[in-house]
Amino acid sequence: MAINCTVNKKKVSLDIDPNTPLLWALRDHLSLLGTKYGCGIAQCGACTVWVNGEPTRSCVLPISAVSNAQITTIEGLDSAGKHPVQVAWDELDVPQCGYCQAGQIMTAAGLLKKNPHPTDQEIVDGMSGNICRCGTYHRIQEAVKLASKKTKK
Amino acid sequence: MKTSRRDFIQKTALFTGVFTLGFDWFSAEAAAETSTMEVVTGAGRFNAFLSIDNLGKITLFSPNPEIGQGIKTAFPVVVAEELDVDWAQVQVEQANLDTKLFERQLTGGSGALKHSWERLRKAGATVRKMMMQAAADQWKVDIGQCKTSKGFVLGPAGQKASYGSLAEAASKLPVPTELTYKDRKDYKIIGTRVKGVDNKNVVTGKPLFGIDIRKPGMVFAQIVRPPFGATLKSFSAEDVKKMPGILEVVSFKNKVAIVGENTYAILQARASLTCDYSSDAPLESNETHQNWFDEGMKSEKAQVMRKDGDFAAAIASAAKVIEATYECPFISHSPMEPMNFFADVKADSVLLAGPTQVPQPAQKAVSDLLKIPVDKIQVELSKMGGGFGRRLSNDFVLEAAELSSIIKKPVLVMWTREDDMTGGTYRPAARYRFKAGLDKNGEIIAFALRGVGLNAGNSTRQDNFPVGAIENVLIESVDQKSAVTTGPWRAPITNFLGFAEQAFLDEVAEVAGKDPIQMRLALLEKVKTKPVGKITYEPARFEEVIKQVAEKAQWKKKPGVHQGFSVYYSHLSYVAQIAEVKVEKGKPKVTKVTAVTDCGEVVNLSGAENQVKGAIIDGMGHAMFAKLNFQKGVASPSNFNAYRMIRGNEIPVIDAHFVNNGIAPTGLGEPALPPTGGSIANAIYAATKKRHYKQPFN
Repeated sequence: MAINCTVNKKKVSLDIDPNTPLLWALRDHLSLLGTKYGCGIAQCGACTVWVNGEPTRSCVLPISAVSNAQITTIEGLDSAGKHPVQVAWDELDVPQCGYCQAGQIMTAAGLLKKNPHPTDQEIVDGMSGNICRCGTYHRIQEAVKLASKKTKK
Repeated sequence: MKTSRRDFIQKTALFTGVFTLGFDWFSAEAAAETSTMEVVTGAGRFNAFLSIDNLGKITLFSPNPEIGQGIKTAFPVVVAEELDVDWAQVQVEQANLDTKLFERQLTGGSGALKHSWERLRKAGATVRKMMMQAAADQWKVDIGQCKTSKGFVLGPAGQKASYGSLAEAASKLPVPTELTYKDRKDYKIIGTRVKGVDNKNVVTGKPLFGIDIRKPGMVFAQIVRPPFGATLKSFSAEDVKKMPGILEVVSFKNKVAIVGENTYAILQARASLTCDYSSDAPLESNETHQNWFDEGMKSEKAQVMRKDGDFAAAIASAAKVIEATYECPFISHSPMEPMNFFADVKADSVLLAGPTQVPQPAQKAVSDLLKIPVDKIQVELSKMGGGFGRRLSNDFVLEAAELSSIIKKPVLVMWTREDDMTGGTYRPAARYRFKAGLDKNGEIIAFALRGVGLNAGNSTRQDNFPVGAIENVLIESVDQKSAVTTGPWRAPITNFLGFAEQAFLDEVAEVAGKDPIQMRLALLEKVKTKPVGKITYEPARFEEVIKQVAEKAQWKKKPGVHQGFSVYYSHLSYVAQIAEVKVEKGKPKVTKVTAVTDCGEVVNLSGAENQVKGAIIDGMGHAMFAKLNFQKGVASPSNFNAYRMIRGNEIPVIDAHFVNNGIAPTGLGEPALPPTGGSIANAIYAATKKRHYKQPFN
């Protein structure tokens, strides 16, 4: 039986193995390639998307669990790159290789949605689930802070 | 004059190509004698770094593979500076492999800017001069009366012409042989903070990476590889072949490839696949490696890498002898994007696409494997999700090509994280034994190093400082052969040797009763006044980074803060570091690292800071946490749950400074890493009186 859900505000129907992790459904079946595979065991955060607004590791979440859910991927955050987090990421020149950044951005945007003006420690704690092998952590933390300033009080 | 759309089309039709810079990439000395009007892809012997069309569109082509080191941004910055255009006017494109157009189209050894600096400046300055000449001819003035600014030529009587409007005329002029480069005080782009040219695509999730490659008719595959040293005896594929979404299961070179319609189908099939292996020799374990280190330390067949004076006699006469042994394990590169590659092998042609640091050797290796000429093998470069040296090996390219040739389909081979972490070409494991002899005044009179590496080649760097300052030196290397595959890992050899050298010198300074910084400065003074043997580094540049870091970090002037010093020369750059450690709840915590780097001219300050901070975090994380264990030829751990990567809540403040002395730029992707383990270990010692001799520390 097909799984119906909404991805980036579009209704989709997935008639595939319901155990398929959301990550592979997005990448292999919906051609949404912005969400990245990093570890497959929810350790690195490269695959982070929003499920009903909540940052979620898509590599371990079967699509059977997202029936009727609203899913947002990096492509759906703001396709023009105007979301404050995306703007801050560019402004502070965060990316090096760039591979983990979709997951970092979805985590950061999720954090700011819940807590628009986090303290420095809340930023560090909120972002520490995501690995960046290039070590862009300083700028990630600065960019979350900058995005927070860009978010209206 | 207004240009109607009709005019525009006619003009464009006349101006059939783009202005492609013509100069001989193979010899920076001799500029090509003619320019040409050609489309970029058909530029023949000319090199296409730069095109300007008659609408003023400036495209800069960046030939080297982008791995996160920022080369795709830094190269065009240099060209744009000398061309004298606004950075905002420029478009940057990644050039695919083209051995006719580009030389050294690779990423590795922190060598790109060093190699190409003059070529890039020439590329920009040549075209700038041709634009000025075209304008001078048009205005009937002398070229000496013309200036440029932001993509325009300015004449003596207030004339102003855009590069676009001059492109066609300029392209017909001979290429100038005499050039003047900008004075660095006039730089408008070089040395500023230039944002990565791919940033917009990254933050909007565009498919930029190898793993994102999709081609018509493409299938997916994963490959099950044997333990190191083992041979595939048999495998059961019948059940696997029947699983949904699985297309084929094939075997080649001790490997089993599962080909399927999608990733999840293959992942499930793998769980059902059983493989039987055999081996002639016992498969390797941690104990095997320890035995090989022991043997190597005793071996009488060590290769002498450098010998100055008479070490044996000097050490026998020494008032004090210091000896210490350091050891590091095999570690994985673990780029965030695991290995992957696309190949489409047809009867007489091949398309390769994906993330490789060395496209030309990849092309050659595939040519040798499949007996297809290199000119029939096209290589498309994707952005690389990190690499750290892993993508200098082409094993994953060859696998994809071989598999495609067997199944006769275009295929994307993806490695899982587990494949990537257990699949080899690691940083080699090594053990180092240092000996130093001091005279009664605490001066170093003898210095020896023996390195034993497992598939490391020469595990020493025999000319490294303090060699050159000491009369009696003996540097030896032993390479033990292992079935575990190894390859360059960011700052090859020195990523650990740097720690060992700098930690040892710290210990020597302590025994000699000297300040670690003063001791280095005194040794460098000796190199200047009484050098011993061949000197490969510049003592004055060493001294400068040392003095600056001591001042910036307030060496030994911060009560309650424990500091550790290190300084390192690699990839032609100099980096001095002071790490600071505080003890919190009985545990040392690295709170700050101050780094002063001399990499010559800083081309892009933003990118340079990224490289220094990233390399320090990389060096710190791997020094503290990383280790692979071996049991019967199998590496573990296999994923980030047990193979710990440094995270955002574990990083120190990093204060990165640059000497920025205007010398032609040198490497920056690696040089800040080797001194990191040493500065941190020395600071931990200052805080705890406990020395680290092995990595990982934890």
